Amino acid sequence: MSDVMNVFDRALVRRHHDRAGETIADYSFLFDAVAQRLADRLLDVTRRFPRCLDLGSRGGAMARALAERRDIELMVQCDLSPAMAKVAGTPSHRVAAVSADEEFLPFAPGSFELVVSNLSLHWTNDLPGALIQIRQILKPDGLFLGAMLGGETLHELRTALMQAEIELEGGVSPRLSPLADLRDAGALLQRAGFALPVADVDRITVSYPNALKLMQDLRGMGETNAIHTRRQTMTRRSTLFRAAEIYQETFGDSDGRIPATFDILTLTGWVPDASQQQPLRPGSARSRLADALGVDEIGTDESAGTAAHTRSKDPKDQS
Amino acid sequence: MTESTAKLDPKLLEILVCPVTKSPLEYNAEAQELISRQAQLAYPIRDGIPIMLADEARALDD
Repeated sequence: MSDVMNVFDRALVRRHHDRAGETIADYSFLFDAVAQRLADRLLDVTRRFPRCLDLGSRGGAMARALAERRDIELMVQCDLSPAMAKVAGTPSHRVAAVSADEEFLPFAPGSFELVVSNLSLHWTNDLPGALIQIRQILKPDGLFLGAMLGGETLHELRTALMQAEIELEGGVSPRLSPLADLRDAGALLQRAGFALPVADVDRITVSYPNALKLMQDLRGMGETNAIHTRRQTMTRRSTLFRAAEIYQETFGDSDGRIPATFDILTLTGWVPDASQQQPLRPGSARSRLADALGVDEIGTDESAGTAAHTRSKDPKDQS
Repeated sequence: MTESTAKLDPKLLEILVCPVTKSPLEYNAEAQELISRQAQLAYPIRDGIPIMLADEARALDD
């Protein structure tokens, strides 16, 4: 298959963000928490980032978390939804907002020293393509730092909805997004041409009074189902209530509260530059591993292979 | 939004290109549009925010 699979309805993702634009401040706790973690990671980097792009800026959590950085001269906030691009904004930076699609970035090559993305890239159909475009708009030695939902995110809700749907409607439909896992993420960074790629996962467990409140929050965050093949009809209320019951029975704790798992994949990659550390050519070692370990070297040279080869021939020779 | 905040940031204008063709854009301050000759599209600027989405752009007639 040469076509990119279009799992997500991007127009619907945008409508969800447009709708959530007005209320995002009430539901931004997860974005705020992850933005803070990303900002903390940047503190460890002794580099200046005069031009920074926030890809999928939503309510502007990332810009707020980076407000203390004096090195950022221009902060571009980019969101698929014009309504979101509008609400994002903080007085402490030189901020400019743009509405654009992560899959079609409108920036010239080498525009930024830093591209950050806070919980947005899990909605792209073509993540490898988006990563390649991100590399292109970064300067040499520029940094990409992105967090996305992945792994086991919302596995409790996935299970509960699936069981309720089987019980009451005799079938299942896709409700929660397919997500990338950690191994894929690292490989994708490498494939997109990033140097020193690192991907790690951080689990945040949020405690909720019940599953209906969780679903309401996801809606407020603009994180509801945008899968192309999703059911076109409204979910029956009875199914949602049953799902909430199953969620409570299966995962509820002794206080009657329920956990919701969010696995945050963090991707870090640098645009290759001559100043970065380079791997040595294979065979260019100047000392022996055996010497470093203080042991005798056991040869695995040609003679071992030849011997085995000869032995396998022996029976035939003798017969 | 006031007149001053609704202006397009010149630093942003420097780095923007057409999302479809990645070619340079012409800024029409009067119409508040960014024009991509190659794609034959005009991207609107609303409240100082360039809307760089092909399905929101106006097709050029000529």
